[in-house]
Amino acid sequence: MSMQTEQAEHIEGATTATFGKIWIVLLVLTAVEVFLCYKQLPTVTMLTLLVGLSVIKAALIIAYFMHLKFERFSLFLTLFPMLIFCILLMLIFLGDATRIPLMRPPA
Amino acid sequence: MSSHQVTAAATASAWEGGGSPYATNSKKFGMWLFIISDALTFSALLFAYTYSRVSNPDWPKPFDFTPSIIFSSVMTFCLLSSSLTMVMAVHKMNHGNRKAAGLWILATMAGGLAFVVLHAMEWIRLINVEHVTAFGNPWNVPLFGGTFFALTGLHMTHVIIGVIYLGIVCQAVMRGKFKAEDVEVSGLYWHFVDLVWMFIFPLVYLMSARVA
Repeated sequence: MSMQTEQAEHIEGATTATFGKIWIVLLVLTAVEVFLCYKQLPTVTMLTLLVGLSVIKAALIIAYFMHLKFERFSLFLTLFPMLIFCILLMLIFLGDATRIPLMRPPA
Repeated sequence: MSSHQVTAAATASAWEGGGSPYATNSKKFGMWLFIISDALTFSALLFAYTYSRVSNPDWPKPFDFTPSIIFSSVMTFCLLSSSLTMVMAVHKMNHGNRKAAGLWILATMAGGLAFVVLHAMEWIRLINVEHVTAFGNPWNVPLFGGTFFALTGLHMTHVIIGVIYLGIVCQAVMRGKFKAEDVEVSGLYWHFVDLVWMFIFPLVYLMSARVA
């Protein structure tokens, strides 16, 4: 692959219009989060929805604003699988948190 | 090593001495490594907060729609917009327009400063009106104050450091120093600060919003 071709691929998609669209999507997702918090949902359901939306927002920021979408895939493979694995290891303990209130002696 | 040399080294075959596996410069890769390690720190704090929040049915909900949720939403808007202005600064710098890049960095700093001011106002309200401290609060759930101030305090520290960092980069860009890759590296840090807030805002503020 020639250097010019690779540079063209690198820049393709990274336009100011794209960044503007991503910014609008992020604002809309934030508005959806604020709307959701005023719905009377169970704590764990609310937590799942809000974290899900936050992960989408984080992915958009990393891919477009932090330019990772336009970097080599090897950079992503070096950095993110380890991070995701460590976070998942922490989340294993979250099940305990849901059981603790049930283990309290009655008042 | 310049970006041209990096690209040339990366595109040459391994037999010709090429083989930069990431086709990126060392500053950018170093910042990525820092971001990943810092992400783990914030993940641990966010997990500690969420664990405490889920395991405690008496967890307080001190955030009224006015002013807390409005304030935190505006803070989110400030950070998201400052990320957009930072992207524009990197874009202008890549096209060799130093003056425009400097102005976009100044706009980014303004967004960061607005965030810090609003956040400080929110802290003061929480301390003076709701009587929440790091060690106690009226609802007898001391973990709330401890985890809240640790998490948001660490994030606010990152924002303040980011504004100072951008100030240094901005004056260097305006004086004809620093290259496009330096602005891009500072941009990576700033986007990371924005990214962390995308988790703090829903988990801390929205999950503890006081619903009438």
